[in-house]
Amino acid sequence: MSPLDLVVAVPLGFVVAALMLGRAARGLILLAAPLMAGLALWLALLPPDAAFLVGQWDLPLGILLRADGVARLMILATALVIGAVGLHALAEPPEKPGHAAQAETFWPLVYLLWAGANAGFLTTDLFNLYVTLEMVSLAAVALAAMGSLAAALRYFMIALLGSLAYLLGVALIVARYNTVDVTLLAQVAEPDLATLLALGLMTAGLLIKAALFPMHGWLPPAHAAAPAPASALLSAIAVKLGFVILVRLWFEGFADVTGPASLQVMGGLGAGAVLYGSVQAMRQQRLKALVAYSTVAQVGYLFLAFPLVAGAIDPGDAWAGMTLQAVAHMLAKAAMFLAAGLMLKAAAGDRIADLGGLAQAMPLTVTAFGLAAVSLMGLPPSGGFTAKFLLLTAAIEQGAFLYAGVLILGGLLAAVYLFRALSACFAPATTPRAPVTGGFRTAEPLALAGLAIVMGFAGTALVELSAIAAPWDAPAAAPAVTLPEAAP
Amino acid sequence: MDLPLPEILSAGHLYALTGAVLVGLGLYAFITLRHPLRQLLAVNVVGAGIFLILGSLGRGPEATDPLPQALVITGIVVAVALTAFGAAIIVRLAETRAAAKPADDDNARPEP
Amino acid sequence: MTLAFDLILCLMILGTAGIALFVRDALAAIAFFIAFGNLLGLAWLSLDAVNVAMAEIAIGAGVTGVLLILARARLLALGDDAASAATPLWLRLGALAACAGFVVLLAAAVLSIPPESGLDRVVAPLMPGLGIENRVTGVLLAFRAYDTLLETFVLLGALVAVWSLAPAGAWPGRPADPGMADAPMRRVAGTFSQLLLPVALVMAAYLVWAGSDLPGGAFQAGTVLAGGLFVAAMGGAIGLPSSDRPLLRAALVLGPAVFLAVGLAGVAAGGFLVYPEGMAKTLIVTIEYTLALSIGVTLALLVAGTPVPGAAGPNPDGKG
Repeated sequence: MSPLDLVVAVPLGFVVAALMLGRAARGLILLAAPLMAGLALWLALLPPDAAFLVGQWDLPLGILLRADGVARLMILATALVIGAVGLHALAEPPEKPGHAAQAETFWPLVYLLWAGANAGFLTTDLFNLYVTLEMVSLAAVALAAMGSLAAALRYFMIALLGSLAYLLGVALIVARYNTVDVTLLAQVAEPDLATLLALGLMTAGLLIKAALFPMHGWLPPAHAAAPAPASALLSAIAVKLGFVILVRLWFEGFADVTGPASLQVMGGLGAGAVLYGSVQAMRQQRLKALVAYSTVAQVGYLFLAFPLVAGAIDPGDAWAGMTLQAVAHMLAKAAMFLAAGLMLKAAAGDRIADLGGLAQAMPLTVTAFGLAAVSLMGLPPSGGFTAKFLLLTAAIEQGAFLYAGVLILGGLLAAVYLFRALSACFAPATTPRAPVTGGFRTAEPLALAGLAIVMGFAGTALVELSAIAAPWDAPAAAPAVTLPEAAP
Repeated sequence: MDLPLPEILSAGHLYALTGAVLVGLGLYAFITLRHPLRQLLAVNVVGAGIFLILGSLGRGPEATDPLPQALVITGIVVAVALTAFGAAIIVRLAETRAAAKPADDDNARPEP
Repeated sequence: MTLAFDLILCLMILGTAGIALFVRDALAAIAFFIAFGNLLGLAWLSLDAVNVAMAEIAIGAGVTGVLLILARARLLALGDDAASAATPLWLRLGALAACAGFVVLLAAAVLSIPPESGLDRVVAPLMPGLGIENRVTGVLLAFRAYDTLLETFVLLGALVAVWSLAPAGAWPGRPADPGMADAPMRRVAGTFSQLLLPVALVMAAYLVWAGSDLPGGAFQAGTVLAGGLFVAAMGGAIGLPSSDRPLLRAALVLGPAVFLAVGLAGVAAGGFLVYPEGMAKTLIVTIEYTLALSIGVTLALLVAGTPVPGAAGPNPDGKG
């Protein structure tokens, strides 16, 4: 028995249980959160070569589940985030008033998202990744639809286009190489027309899913209207799956195919996202829109790291910086959305100017918001600081001063728009406040934000964790499988 | 009656080319047609084209290989699931818009 | 089949696709889309992919076509005729250039790949261990069973997502009654469906059984079952169940749950989804039967759509 068997099967089991229990399904999260956290921790502590061929069918036919550093960290962060968001949703129902359908279907959709995310982080099979992408997108669109149908439809169409682009790329790869496993492709991929087109298509599709500028258009409207737990899940989890798959493609499967020029393009888009997202966040009048544009900016850091990882002589630090940025963002952004949800319920309106008096009325919630902001800004000590610091040193070592500049500037801009939101909370109240407090619902954003800060103290351990089975390490222990040649 | 076509154009390539053209047609329709239901139809055409490429380039000694066939079947099922959800969103969105217009009489449902 | 046949078929496929995409009237578009799907089925037959041909005709053309027709009907009732509207010329020209260029690139890539693949030689030696002959079933239910497991949850999840859209006051509830409005038509449909449903059940059961060694399988069977169920609902022979009926929920989750349980039981034999020695065929057939039932009910409800307030089936207690 290994967590590799269970970390996808258990959330799927909860989907079944949630459907059978109907309205009583909300209590399941009390079981699911600690169970999945335990499984994720167990997974993180497995020996470094933990991998499993599902059904014990060998490659190139079968599907490989591999617990590398990225998978372990992402699954752990996912367990913490979804656990906290779920517990919060238990205390603070996410559905529109009177919408019993939303109340009941919220839970199976969350467990579906959970299963899809875990499955996507763990597998190296490109087609299996397509199915996991669809699982996550389906759940994410449905959760967004609980807020705004129009925004959800737009998200749906764009996500579908992205999925098809990805699938077309996979089709070309299957036809060309007779395998879709990333570890095998790492050995046989060549830069010919079909491969380059396939990689381009897959990248385009995944960048749409990851909401990287300029393909970010679907994200702010979907987030702004969705209930707080849904926004938290969208920003923290759904967007990350596309990023992880791109990491698998660019640094493992097609590492020999991608040239420095294309990596610079990715880095350039990432830098553009940081700057554009930050500027847009500064212009927002509504709190949730501000936090949504902050996601656009933070996702930019993930892709800005691509050329830094590829160009480093010892990629360990840059790789860790990229991974930890993803994890820190997941924790901090989820905390921020949950806190924002509570704050908006107590505030006079959904504009930032209406947030006055909340610091006195809901001190713990505003603290959670503030701690999350610390991590997003990259201030020490926090996970965000550790990640940015690693990336910054990598950039300076390589002489990539432009990227270093963007990293610093991004942090400054984040400080500008986040302080603006925070200081509005300290302004005197215009009308009496009805605080939305109550230990249980305040605890989750505080806990998540606290974890984002505590991450900053566990730097070394996390860096080592991220390096497990990393593709730039000693040649991966990929089975020496000979791919079938086409019959003459 | 076998036409004396050059050897390069085997049946597999013919269908794969058809798939490629379908992808292009569907994509063009998706961009230029404004109505979401037509876009949903266009997306299905694109998907069908991708499946043709996937399947026709995976020939075995007599039949198409089982692996590409299985992948295409999986793809078809996923596509129908998403199409069903997409159609539901489109209809539901139209319903809420119709209910929001005070001039709408017959089909206005109580505002949710 | 000769190359000339293939060529004509491909031209017809492109033709019907073009009409389906660009004709003004939405109903004509959907009708041509269904024709397109059926021609695609023929194409798959020509490629000797019989399992895919069945899936495409049943699901790709059949279920998708019905979904689009019903959606269009509901939009029409709200005053939206889904006709393709005019778009600015610059957009059309720009998109034309971009798509044409893309097609050329894609065609070049596609032509550069030899159409043969060698994976059959990997699959063939593993088949005797499973005890079934249909290699596609082997891939779907054994070698890549994990994909299929996730895919069944995608299907189930889509139904949950459709349910989540139900407006206030419609939950728990039923979808809009698909019964025909015209009374004589309804009687004809009712009688027809009373004959059709048992035939569909038998056909579905056969397709699962035959799918082990001949083309067929759970997905095709499930679709046939869904068709029988939905036509019966249209004719008023059965009513669509309310979404909170435990029996309905059980039917929906049975297939995925059994699949998941078999996978977890495999942990005792070495890992997730490992089939113990000699039990592969039994487990596969069990999974396929339960899956066919769940897929049938799920697809029927997906087609029926989101629950609406105040919908009552003709037989409020019935679910076939």
